[in-house]
Amino acid sequence: MSKHSDTMNAYVTAFDDFEATLNGGATSALHAKRREGIAHLRQDGLPTARFEAWRHTNPAPLTSTCYAPIERPGQITAAEIAPFVAANVDGPLLVFTDGSFSHELSRIDALPAGVRIHALSTTADGEQESLVANLASRTTLAESAGFSALNTAFMRDGAVITIDDNCRLDTPVQILHVNTGQPGLTTPRVLLRCGADSEVTVVESFAATTAGAGTLTSSVAEITVGARANVEYHRIHLHGDESFHTGSVHVTEQEGSRFTGHTFCLAGRILREDVHTVLCGENIESTLNGLSLPHGEDHVDNYTTIEHAAPNCSSHELYKGVLGGRAHSVFRGKIHVHRVAQKTDAYQSNQNLLMSDDAEINSKPQLEIYADDVKCSHGSTTGQLDADALFYLRTRGIGLQEARRVLTQAFAGELVDRVQHDGVRAHVDTLVAARLAILLGHQGGA
Amino acid sequence: MLKITNLHAKVEDTPILNGINLEVAPGEIHAIMGPNGSGKSTLAQVLAGHSAFTVTEGTAHYEGQDLLAMNPEDRAREGVFLAFQYPVEIPGVNSAYFLRTGLNEIRRHRNEEEVDAYDFLSLIRDKMKLVEMDESLLKRSVNEGFSGGEKKRHEVLQMAVLEPRLAILDETDSGLDIDALRVVANGVNTLHTPVNSAIIVTHYQRLLEYIVPDYVHVLMGGRIVRSGGKELALQLEEKGYDWIREEDADAEIATVKSAGA
Repeated sequence: MSKHSDTMNAYVTAFDDFEATLNGGATSALHAKRREGIAHLRQDGLPTARFEAWRHTNPAPLTSTCYAPIERPGQITAAEIAPFVAANVDGPLLVFTDGSFSHELSRIDALPAGVRIHALSTTADGEQESLVANLASRTTLAESAGFSALNTAFMRDGAVITIDDNCRLDTPVQILHVNTGQPGLTTPRVLLRCGADSEVTVVESFAATTAGAGTLTSSVAEITVGARANVEYHRIHLHGDESFHTGSVHVTEQEGSRFTGHTFCLAGRILREDVHTVLCGENIESTLNGLSLPHGEDHVDNYTTIEHAAPNCSSHELYKGVLGGRAHSVFRGKIHVHRVAQKTDAYQSNQNLLMSDDAEINSKPQLEIYADDVKCSHGSTTGQLDADALFYLRTRGIGLQEARRVLTQAFAGELVDRVQHDGVRAHVDTLVAARLAILLGHQGGA
Repeated sequence: MLKITNLHAKVEDTPILNGINLEVAPGEIHAIMGPNGSGKSTLAQVLAGHSAFTVTEGTAHYEGQDLLAMNPEDRAREGVFLAFQYPVEIPGVNSAYFLRTGLNEIRRHRNEEEVDAYDFLSLIRDKMKLVEMDESLLKRSVNEGFSGGEKKRHEVLQMAVLEPRLAILDETDSGLDIDALRVVANGVNTLHTPVNSAIIVTHYQRLLEYIVPDYVHVLMGGRIVRSGGKELALQLEEKGYDWIREEDADAEIATVKSAGA
């Protein structure tokens, strides 16, 4: 407990130090928001292992020391970030190195009318004020409040994407947060606002060029989906093998809209992702897809909450995990159906493939249903590769190792196939295949 | 080509094969018939290398090699092919990709040139006509949503592509209507050469009207109790498996009597 308060004191001190460096910036709207963040952090505190939401993921490695905010970004070249960017995909690219926006590596070409994309730091003061007003200083879910408040307190920059009513962007927007290996805290922030009848595809990637020992990323993404809008949002986590990440994704969806979230947890020692979607209007179709590939000592925790706050909506959730080594994967999927949300149709499936004897799964669906005319189904399976399928492949000359790779790829492939944009899907496919090869490579034996 | 001597095998603690002796020379077609539970499928699976079965006694030599010491993929690479009775569905694995990968593994083993996706398609087109399979099925996942007949024809298609030296067909005729049966049989016959061999496991004589065997063996209680030419199949069709049981029972009584006398 005292270690905890030591950490808090250190963050408060770090904030004061940070503020002292701002000079004029200290009076900006952005900084006012940061002050709200630090105030909430002091109020809510950081999670402890006693929080129900953190029961299977001990937050101590993330909270027992203060991660000093990285002040100066490291050096990185376009060639070094190339593997983390979808190739042959036109469209805007925003690159943040160690939390700071990089003009040289980013590209924002001419955009269609009604589409505005920029880094918070590059917006004019006046516009920044209204943008900042849209940022929440902490999430509504108490469980992750502390980390999102931490993010707000030390926000250095962020990506802001606005699509006006009836406007669309046909090329995907890519946001890349890359860590160069400097120890400390980064706080990536994304604000995506989609007007009524708008359309956009966004890919937010987290990457690192080193194992990242001593790094903590606390990310927040806020997404508003207007009525009848169509939004595809991807999060690709390729953190350093020794780094920590905790993230909060908040989505509010209006009537008739379609939102599809894809979460790919591909690398990181401790990877926690909270996703909260709120369906506020009727006839919404909301989908959450997730794929986790932890191996070695990795720990992944996907904590999702789907809130049906209006009638006649459908939600669909598919999270899969392939585990190797001594990895630990946690899934908590809550479906909360408000009393007014009649004719809700909710489907949830969590499927896990264990490639080693020491891997561990905790899978928990949580249905909180207050309406009486709803359809909610949930299922969870954990197992190994189908022995009959393995044998079938081998009798056709395919070696055991290759057969395992083919079947594992097929299992994970269902989530890759759900990526709509061809270029993004090809990119994800390459990353997944590479991580699977590493995971399987460490299994060895028959 | 294949010499099985006194083969015993069990699944978990239940013995199924109780001393199988069988010799298959190149170019020969052997039919293995028998009632349900006699061990026909077990024999097929043991020859292919299914790990659910443990060989407790006996040997099986294929082209001079110890077949039972080889893992399933090596047996396939050496030219052994099993057409499954119940081909498994494998969602997420594309059929064309699967077959091309297997073919290339076998080709690599034979020091032959591998085939790329494009060449594979030309190669497979003729073979698909042979089994009257629609090309669109290749775009699907392995056996996913295939009807019973399509699955069996897919097995014969794989046989046509992989060109095995020893093909083992495990009740390939079960569940087929007469047209599908004709197509499957035609495929097997077309692929047959004086150099490769086939073991056809079947419950009914019907298939053997189309694929004419050189030898017919009757498997009962895990042993081959009768061997003969193709006429044996017709006799079984007329008289049923009980006829053999009765004949054997009579023979046993006669033996006991003469021993006692």
